[in-house]
Amino acid sequence: MYGWFEENGLLLGLALLDGLAYAALVFMVAVGLNLVFGVLRVLNVAHGSLYAIGAYTAASLGLFLSARGLPEWASLAVLVVAAALVGGILGPLIERLLLRRIYAQEPVLQLLVTFALFMILEDAQKLIWGTQPVQNDAAMRLLGNFDVPFAGDFIPFTAYQLFVLPGVAVATLVGLAWFLRRTLTGRVIVAVTTDREAATAMGIDASRIYLLTFTFGAVLAALGGALSSPTASLVPGVGAQTIVLSFAVVATAGLGQIEGAALTALMIGLSRSIAVYFMPEAEVLTPYLIMVAVLLIRPQGLFGAAETRRV
Amino acid sequence: MRRTETILAIGGAALLVLLAFLAPWLRFVLTIALAKGIAVLGILLLLRAGQVSFGHALYLAFGAYVVAFLAPSSPEALILMPVAMLLSGALGLVVGLFVSRYREIFFGMLNLAISMVFYSLLEKLYHYTKGTDGIRVGVPRFLGMVLERDDFEWAMFATALLLALAIGFFVRLYLASPMGQALSAIKTRETRLEFMGLPARGVLLSAYVLSTLMGGLAGAIIALTTRHVTPLLGYWTVSGELVFIAILGGAGAALGPFLGAVTFELVRVYAAASFADAWQAILGLVLMGVILFFSRGLWGMVESLARKRA
Amino acid sequence: MTTSSSLSRRSVLAGAATSGSLLMAGSGAEAQPAKPAELKIGITTFLSGPASVFGVPAKQAAEMLTDQINAAGGIGGVPIRPIFVDEGPGTEHLVGEFRRLVQSEGVHVVFASISSGSCLACTPLSDELRKTTVLWDCGTQRIFEEGNHPFAFRTQGYGTPEVLAPLLYLLKHKPDFRSIAVINQDYAWGRDSWELWKAGMDAMKPGVRVVAELFPRFNSTDFSTEITRLLALRPDVILSTSWGGELVTLVRQASERRLMERSLMVLPVAEASMPSLGRNMPAGHIIGSRGDHWINHPRPRDKASLDRFTAAYQARFNQPSIYPCHHMAQALSALQAAYNKAIAAKGGGWPNDQELAAAFRGLTFDTPTATITIREDGQGLEDQIVGLSSFSSAYPYAVPEKMMLYPAAGISAPVGQKSVDWLKTLRAGMENTAGSAI
Repeated sequence: MYGWFEENGLLLGLALLDGLAYAALVFMVAVGLNLVFGVLRVLNVAHGSLYAIGAYTAASLGLFLSARGLPEWASLAVLVVAAALVGGILGPLIERLLLRRIYAQEPVLQLLVTFALFMILEDAQKLIWGTQPVQNDAAMRLLGNFDVPFAGDFIPFTAYQLFVLPGVAVATLVGLAWFLRRTLTGRVIVAVTTDREAATAMGIDASRIYLLTFTFGAVLAALGGALSSPTASLVPGVGAQTIVLSFAVVATAGLGQIEGAALTALMIGLSRSIAVYFMPEAEVLTPYLIMVAVLLIRPQGLFGAAETRRV
Repeated sequence: MRRTETILAIGGAALLVLLAFLAPWLRFVLTIALAKGIAVLGILLLLRAGQVSFGHALYLAFGAYVVAFLAPSSPEALILMPVAMLLSGALGLVVGLFVSRYREIFFGMLNLAISMVFYSLLEKLYHYTKGTDGIRVGVPRFLGMVLERDDFEWAMFATALLLALAIGFFVRLYLASPMGQALSAIKTRETRLEFMGLPARGVLLSAYVLSTLMGGLAGAIIALTTRHVTPLLGYWTVSGELVFIAILGGAGAALGPFLGAVTFELVRVYAAASFADAWQAILGLVLMGVILFFSRGLWGMVESLARKRA
Repeated sequence: MTTSSSLSRRSVLAGAATSGSLLMAGSGAEAQPAKPAELKIGITTFLSGPASVFGVPAKQAAEMLTDQINAAGGIGGVPIRPIFVDEGPGTEHLVGEFRRLVQSEGVHVVFASISSGSCLACTPLSDELRKTTVLWDCGTQRIFEEGNHPFAFRTQGYGTPEVLAPLLYLLKHKPDFRSIAVINQDYAWGRDSWELWKAGMDAMKPGVRVVAELFPRFNSTDFSTEITRLLALRPDVILSTSWGGELVTLVRQASERRLMERSLMVLPVAEASMPSLGRNMPAGHIIGSRGDHWINHPRPRDKASLDRFTAAYQARFNQPSIYPCHHMAQALSALQAAYNKAIAAKGGGWPNDQELAAAFRGLTFDTPTATITIREDGQGLEDQIVGLSSFSSAYPYAVPEKMMLYPAAGISAPVGQKSVDWLKTLRAGMENTAGSAI
């Protein structure tokens, strides 16, 4: 009925739809990490833990509230509230109590402190949520399915994946771009990202900017986790996988670049789903191959500016 | 301080032998610790240049898999180890030619990416690598002799100890040599190095290849000691562990990695024995405490104590 | 100078001092042992990572049963003490821990491992250290098919019957299926189980078209791309031997997108995930449990004992007792039976390692649902029950109906044969003879 070419063209279309949803989740986590790295110059391994804790909190908060009569339609709002709670509480705590003490240290020590925090939080999650899978898909079921026509047939997609995930990601991207370019605080953040020494020399209160950016990054990580919770069940170890992938995005994107993070997430999301259709064996390799390829051509990442070398 | 280090190294070696004698199962743990110490010496070289590799588990796993694949056809430990080391160095040269152009986060992340590609391949190529089940390594010959398990473990322990001393000594010489000085210059003022006519990339590349030789050797020792090789040896958390040990031990001297590795393995074993549910958090707390309060690591503590005495 | 070196020595020993027993060398195991003050069991299980969804319930079951056994006077009058070790950090760590258990803790027996990789690493150690090792949960067929292990025994079934039973059920339940897709975790069990399935399927029903072989990364949390592809392909049957959180995610995403209305799913390791899935599990799909220990087993050997176990576990841990709990119970039941047999054979004396191992070979022991016999190669024969997912008012999650019981001897590869070779010799019609409805 359909030739090879048409059929694979149609399959490619389906792969694009799948890739978008995945790219949206990757973007949400990676953009927070990238923002924090751009400003604080700390590569935060515990970002993965914040993602996991955000996801767990969203799922259990949703279950807790719906057992007490929370209407169905509110389940989407619960995701956002949980992320704000986790990021808003843990973010400032980590920045004030821990990171603040090590800004003067070498980058490798800063990174290892967050690695240590990651190890502690991994066990803490097990203590709080146990090891059995936690799940709450109320938000996904709320919106139902959307049928996409395909070769005389139809393929049901969840509206949550097709619209909510990409929608939130695009809104985050646009909102962030507006915030960073149009507001005073945003411009200060950009200034610190581009040239920390010059910015502080001009009298910018770096301490406040650090706290703000880290908290914001933590909220984004938790939101990424919260958004993933309706479609995934949560088990110990989700943070470790998320963080390696986010690292790849940050290095590929260029430091502190939000558009770079968006483009990289899109490339990773699309190539991953195309791989599932046409070359399943290569699926796990795609993010790393993309990163190596990009850095071969652009050593500072997609959007990174070449840094002036110190003399 | 150099004399202190030599005395400590000899004293420490004697202590390890004593411990291995008293507790047979510790001999196993200590052999692994020595192997990891050798790998961490390589990390130390790169740290001198201000570069952190988050992918050196690649060479550990590569060395281990070389042993696993070659052991059935040439079951001689003293051939397997140098072969694994050289092949790992050859891989390191190829990868190094690429990554030595990059600095800081890009250097770290590229190493991470390449190690994750290798890790994924080990898992994916199930028909060759047996996937996550891993490959079992039989007891190979040692110097042509067929040894009982117990004697073979002693032989591996002694080999690891001698290699650790020899490589530690070599690293100390290397760091004091012009090449080692140039390495430190990459960290502080790389451009000046080039004004002086020294190619920074070449300096870093040679240190990188040395570190991969050590990584491959360490992987071979681990494979011959645990005698079961799985892809997990190449996962990014193992790379993180190596950097962890480097900082724990202190990057100031060649003895640091061994102080760090022995402490790390012992803490891990005792934490796992006492708190099977929370050993990871305990390791995390130890690491955090060391960085916050003794950022020069265990070796830094030894140094300041020695200074106080002097 | 001397202080600094002694300090470093102290720091090295710091850990050792906290637990003096760790420094003691293992006792001479070959000598005629006196009755010990306690019977120590080293248990390796996942306490961290995704497989802790099995490991932690099994640990809890071990603690509960230990209390019960000790309250009843222990084994041969000796109280038992489990010592748990985490499999999570990987094989390299685990083989060190195995040595510590035997050489330093002086355990009398080791219960080894959930993961096949762990078992493959620990079993040769049991040969070398001459320590009786009960493989209490891992399923790889490679253990006893690729070597002799005089001190290792598996007290439950393994991959071959656990895959063959659902296949036979499928052949009987839906004999006309023509196409199949597989979506398994990308690691040893996922790969091996598909190889076993395909060997058996091609032998008993040649010509089935395999439309997709998907092996998503181990520990994936998102299967939407794979599901889209399966929706487009419309296979008659989808096999997945996935487990734990991944199976939960797969079923939720698949049922939400109505994949399970288009294709019949076969889920051989479903049981442990049913409580998590609750009502999200669609009815009418083929589910297995790596054994016969379903909570709604219609005619267990000892109904009172099964109910007592499941009720006590539920009461103490507020969770249903999923299959790893039963596998742990089987291992402990086998240990009791083996010690009783060895002590009786020695006229009341306490058995040494060889005598204990000898007692395991050919041992028959009770489980709440049946009896299990350990073959001469060390493999246990555990019956399999497969059924269709269904709901009743008794449980808030899916349990099987239209159950078929497959006696283990008929669906396990005979001693000395490799599973894949044996599966290739099977012929159509076996689905009518191998099992019976219960």
